[in-house]
Amino acid sequence: MSTSFYGPLDPAPDAGWTDAPPRKGFFTDTSICIGCKACEVACKEWNAVPDDGFTLLGSSYDNTGALGASTWRHVAFIEQSPASDVLNRVGDSALTGDRNALGTDTTKVDLGMPSFDLPGMAVGADGRTDFRWLMASDVCKHCTHAGCLDVCPTGALFRTEFGTVVVQDDICNGCGYCVPACPFGVIDRRVGEKGVTKNEGIAQKCTLCYDRIGDGLTPACAKACPTTSIQFGDLDELRERAEQRVEAMHAQGISSARLYGEDPTDGVGGVGAFFLLLDEPEVYGLPPDPVVTTRDLPEMWRKAGLAALAMLAGAVAAFAGGGR
Amino acid sequence: MSGEPGTRRRKGGGGREHGEQPMVPPAEFTSYYGRPVVKASPWEHDIPAYLFMGGVAAGSSLLSAGADLTDRPVLRRTGRIGALVGLTLSMLALVKDLGRPERFHHMLRVAKPTSPMSVGTWILTLYGPFAGLAGTAELLPPRLRRTLPGRLLGWSARPAGLTAAVVAPAVASYTAVLLTNTATPTWHAAHRHLPFVFVGSASAASGGLGLLAAPLSEASPARRLAVAGAVLELAVERHMEAGMGITAEPLHDGHAGTLMRASKALTAAGAVGAVLGRRSRLLSAVSGAALMAGSACLRFGVFEAGQASARDPRYTVVPQRERVEQHGRTRSV
Repeated sequence: MSTSFYGPLDPAPDAGWTDAPPRKGFFTDTSICIGCKACEVACKEWNAVPDDGFTLLGSSYDNTGALGASTWRHVAFIEQSPASDVLNRVGDSALTGDRNALGTDTTKVDLGMPSFDLPGMAVGADGRTDFRWLMASDVCKHCTHAGCLDVCPTGALFRTEFGTVVVQDDICNGCGYCVPACPFGVIDRRVGEKGVTKNEGIAQKCTLCYDRIGDGLTPACAKACPTTSIQFGDLDELRERAEQRVEAMHAQGISSARLYGEDPTDGVGGVGAFFLLLDEPEVYGLPPDPVVTTRDLPEMWRKAGLAALAMLAGAVAAFAGGGR
Repeated sequence: MSGEPGTRRRKGGGGREHGEQPMVPPAEFTSYYGRPVVKASPWEHDIPAYLFMGGVAAGSSLLSAGADLTDRPVLRRTGRIGALVGLTLSMLALVKDLGRPERFHHMLRVAKPTSPMSVGTWILTLYGPFAGLAGTAELLPPRLRRTLPGRLLGWSARPAGLTAAVVAPAVASYTAVLLTNTATPTWHAAHRHLPFVFVGSASAASGGLGLLAAPLSEASPARRLAVAGAVLELAVERHMEAGMGITAEPLHDGHAGTLMRASKALTAAGAVGAVLGRRSRLLSAVSGAALMAGSACLRFGVFEAGQASARDPRYTVVPQRERVEQHGRTRSV
């Protein structure tokens, strides 16, 4: 059993794999995502994931909502315009005292007038409007220190030889502990009709296409992505590529570009599926500073042990007090 | 809920009770359409019900073992039967809450110290048979006691009851770790204190059961355990909230807030009644019932508060953002 709760490490050898292949992962470059949702569709098709409802959520083009038991890729759509920027400015200065610190500074004027030109007619810098549309395909992070895996009481969640985290459908008994343990809100228990819905009552999430990568194939979402926003490969290589991409973007003046989850010294030991973002993580619904809950578990056990001793001592004292 | 993504919203700080000062100024934060960042547990009311009943069972095992050794037959009987009933209902609740109840035994495949639920499974596996044996011995009809199995059961009741009592405190305290070892903001933020709150609550509830059922001539130890538990629970809970920042808010707001206020009132009243009712069977019994109700409210209140904290992205984002502003991003090395 591994005792490594925290800090940088290579998860597959740490979990006991000998001769593990290089750690695999995703680099999702949101700056080139076009919001086509091919990743969502390809994932559903390949993994035979049931529908998660056909509702219109009123959140831009996002009618999927969030990652969940039946949504293993989720494309977020964020519309940013000067109207919301006014609110941003108030919020940013209240939060940080520095408007530019969050990288969302845009000093623009929106006349709010409809245009007679066709959208996209104007080209070049002059044709740009004040409106910014962020799109990002979210996925299970396959953490180095995975809270879901740590707390799973059946061993249904396991670490693969590729360093990814996968649920064994025939082992999981649907205790649901992994759900609140995930600092990213990824994994969930599938709701559906008993005996009808596939894997109803069982925890479900992205497997990084364990069945495909074992055969040397690319995961369905990355394969289907038409812009290479989703890149699959050896994590080391992806990290290098991501560094270069961020440097190039900074050189182009896009100072808001930043990597998310690539750092092996962060609170979850770095993630296997990391991102290039153009705004703060919480704008995309991601936690700004996630920490695996298990980091604090040794202290929790110590406190629980002390509390148990206190209770035992209290009971002994209650009887030692004498009297009827 | 703001419909505008990537915008900052202020959640009204005006709803605070008793004119308390907010522990931190209301913070601005960004979310994605106000949707949660972390997921609330899929657990239903079976889980807080288990927290309560498991606590009653644990404390009752301690009381019945002591009563057995100090010749208090009614308190012993109450404790053993209380533990048996609490344990049985706990098991039913735990299995019912599974997504696949028929696979409950998959819990026994592994033993994982990193999983409080796995540790709890093994604690209950150790505790259950002994508590069950002692409880069954009390319930055995007199005509069966003379049979060989009946005599064996009667003979094993004391060692079984004592063994259950040794494991019982772990039953009462591990459930705190079960909740706090999650990304649920209000639960995790309570991790240094919740085990003490929970053993206090278990002591108060089981002592309360003793006061409810045992005559005055036998009730002193139950009274002392109940009052000590209630004081521990109330004092540590107060201290706990003071150190939780904004994640303490869900313990005051909404349904969870109502439950927590009810818990404090019932527990305090029950403790006072237990002290004053030393010579009154009726006041002792009423106080015992109040302490049990207070414990149940506490478990449901803490559970609901955690669920509410997970559903509002504010409680995930703001503490993390503040941490980053003050100390920079979390780094392990």
